[in-house]
Amino acid sequence: MEAAATGTNYLNNGYGVASWLLTKDHKRIAVLYLISITVMFLLGSLFAVGIRVELLTPQGDVFGADTYNKLFTMHGVVMVFFFLLPSIPAVLGNFLVPMMIGARDLAFPRINLASWYIYVIGAAFSMYAMIAGGVDTGWTFYTPYSSGASNTNVIPMAVGIFITGFSSILTGLNFIVTIHRMRAPGLTWFRLPLFIWAHYATSLIMILGTPVIAITLLLVALERGLGIGIFDPALGGDPILFQHLFWFYSHPAVYIMILPAMGVISETITCFARKQIFGYSFVAISSLAIAVLGFLVWGHHMFVSGQSVYAALVFSVLSFAVAIPSAVKVFNWSATLYKGAISFEAPMLYVIGFIGLFTIGGLTGLFLSNLGVDIHVHDTYFVVAHFHYIMVGGAIMGYQAGLHFWWPKMFGKMYPENPARISAALVFIGFNLTFFPQFIVGYLGMPRRYHAYPDEFQVLNVLSTAGASILALGYLLPAFYLLWSLKYGRDAGPNPWRAKGLEWTTPSPPPTENFESTPYVEEDAYAYGTREAHVV
Amino acid sequence: MSSTLPLFPEQASTIASQVDLLYWFLVAVSLFFAVLIAAIVLGFAVKYRRRSDDEVGADIHGSLALELLWTVIPFGIALVMFAWGAHVYLQIARPPDNSMEIFVVGKQWMWKIQHMEGRREINELHVPIGKPVKLTITSEDVIHSFYIPAFRVKKDAVPGRYTELWFEATKPGTYHLFCAEYCGTEHSKMIGQVIAMEPAAYEEWLTQSDVQPVAVAAAPGADAAPADAVPASAADMAKAGENLFLQKGCLACHMDAPGSLGPSLAGVYGNERKFQDGTTAVGDETYIRESILNPLKHVVAGYQPVMPTFQGQLSEQELMQLIQYVKSLAQAAPGDAADGSGADAATTGEES
Repeated sequence: MEAAATGTNYLNNGYGVASWLLTKDHKRIAVLYLISITVMFLLGSLFAVGIRVELLTPQGDVFGADTYNKLFTMHGVVMVFFFLLPSIPAVLGNFLVPMMIGARDLAFPRINLASWYIYVIGAAFSMYAMIAGGVDTGWTFYTPYSSGASNTNVIPMAVGIFITGFSSILTGLNFIVTIHRMRAPGLTWFRLPLFIWAHYATSLIMILGTPVIAITLLLVALERGLGIGIFDPALGGDPILFQHLFWFYSHPAVYIMILPAMGVISETITCFARKQIFGYSFVAISSLAIAVLGFLVWGHHMFVSGQSVYAALVFSVLSFAVAIPSAVKVFNWSATLYKGAISFEAPMLYVIGFIGLFTIGGLTGLFLSNLGVDIHVHDTYFVVAHFHYIMVGGAIMGYQAGLHFWWPKMFGKMYPENPARISAALVFIGFNLTFFPQFIVGYLGMPRRYHAYPDEFQVLNVLSTAGASILALGYLLPAFYLLWSLKYGRDAGPNPWRAKGLEWTTPSPPPTENFESTPYVEEDAYAYGTREAHVV
Repeated sequence: MSSTLPLFPEQASTIASQVDLLYWFLVAVSLFFAVLIAAIVLGFAVKYRRRSDDEVGADIHGSLALELLWTVIPFGIALVMFAWGAHVYLQIARPPDNSMEIFVVGKQWMWKIQHMEGRREINELHVPIGKPVKLTITSEDVIHSFYIPAFRVKKDAVPGRYTELWFEATKPGTYHLFCAEYCGTEHSKMIGQVIAMEPAAYEEWLTQSDVQPVAVAAAPGADAAPADAVPASAADMAKAGENLFLQKGCLACHMDAPGSLGPSLAGVYGNERKFQDGTTAVGDETYIRESILNPLKHVVAGYQPVMPTFQGQLSEQELMQLIQYVKSLAQAAPGDAADGSGADAATTGEES
């Protein structure tokens, strides 16, 4: 191969626009995704700023009611469908799945590129919906409001999400085939990094769940556009059917967000503790358990919708069951630290933050699985707080941990450590100040999606907005120092963390073909060596 | 800025203290585990911090005993939480038989309420304390949710069907009423007050005229009060339903006489109905409603599918009045429709 000359890597192997837009290299596609989802994250954050500014005062005085309703809708749509769902899988997963299993690329490089284009086309539709005046249905698109009463751009938004869904399906398909067929010799299933197990479980949800949300939103568009009665009782439809279909996907979708983050945590915590993961097979299997059980709990979003008492009881007990594999993971990560050799660079700070916030998010999930308490807190800020602890405190902390951990691998440069630590601390403090008061105001009874609210809730809302300002700083800082590091960061070398895993055995940034020769795997994942032979 | 900082909601219903006790149990368990995990993670982080650059961790792979321990114990705790939650929920979900009934219709963006005795109000709900109250709820347009935080209860108002919610207020006072399901522009203005009163005061309130309280409450989007003024507070709901029943010509077919085109309506409510296709259903509010709006869906065995639909001809409140009338027939004529029990009962029958 002529490209094997020293210094040639995936980044400098061609500079033209076409060399990026027509690339079939999973690493370049990961970078394309990184740029796209960062733009969407910025957009979603701007909407969040609007929400928090409005809620500073009880009167709806900054924006009109319709504008406010569009703000929280577009915040939800952008963050869920165009940032969180693709975040770790499409960026870190795309980059790392082939590298971690010793492959040259994903199984279907062209499909991989196509999935990025599909994502961009879907995002373009939803951008159009936003620019043309926005959408005000809430990200949940409940019928018959979305299919009839709302007079905003529901159809283009639904079409945008429908299209983007295919990007998710194709990515999942690509990962599953790649993990089955392209593992390096010697890399048996139980030697795989847990990041791979997590992505395998995530991919299962993507290909099984996404078609359901896609067809459901298409049905909403059909009812809205052509008056075909599916969900609107005035047309002979059933509005509750929509909720079943929507949550059949959208509850598992939470696991599409959190499972890859869990994979990141397993990689990062072992590296910074220089230690084998505690209970490898339990952590691996719990990912699959979450993927399977996650499909059986959607009814807990409908405890006050009028569903039967028996359905509610069954969904409640299953929802408690899905908490167990998550708890098992947290206990195993904690135990991994025992007798480790722990250092505290930014990725590890994010990991510790993740464990704290995810634990609170998980425990408050028990309140919502609980029938007696959920009736009261359903559709209040308690729910808003809970899912932000999971999606932001969990999924985004995991994404940040992973981005810092693999940044040197992706771009060959070290980010500056101190600003990164400061930003991790800001995120943790700002996050808690933003969302913890929302548990209290939620139990007090403040419903979500309220443009104006009774005076007595103001103090807690002011705390939330203050926290959000700190959180915003914590998110802005990395944008500067990460970009700075591309030019001024010190060279990372192949393995700055002395991490295990095949991705660290190749130069940073990696060559286009990833490995000079196909690696042969002879040891378990996380074989960080021994300080003393010790068996528990 | 408001000077008050409440941290916990008022308890004003019989179920509220039970929900809160369960809540505090969950808080206690959560605190225990959160503190435990924080202590483990931070404790290990300090104790096993890396002291030299070459240091590596101990070669520990796991422990089956520990895995079982931290699977089984949380699962046991989760089951306790489930069982306790189910116990509380079953009380919330099942109204006592002696509940008094009130009807609630949600629409963008107000709550319309009618008491059995005929009194109507908007965005206000007056109830007596010490008495179970059952709300039968529906919506005219999109999904809303009827939420009284001080009572710890909530139920969606779903167009096209009835849901029910019950509570027993314990303390006289004025409490928040919220719409909890996002329903469009003025969702956050779809709020009101629940006014719990001593029973005697409630009885007195029932006898007052509607006009003033409605006019006060309907301030923001106020078309409703005058617009659909059916026989305003003139009669109780069943009586209003009977008037409608005559007005719409239902009696022509639903006579309780041999050869009548439609089946008798006496005893429909609460009893099983047999249909032409062999299926059966118990006559509840939703069934009666469906029989009026979509009469050919279930045709009672022995009758022809000839009833026209009343879809679009009746408001939600009129439907509730009709249903109340049909229910009153069931109470008046428990199975002995034969002996012609008076003018308004038993002489009627509703297609199914």
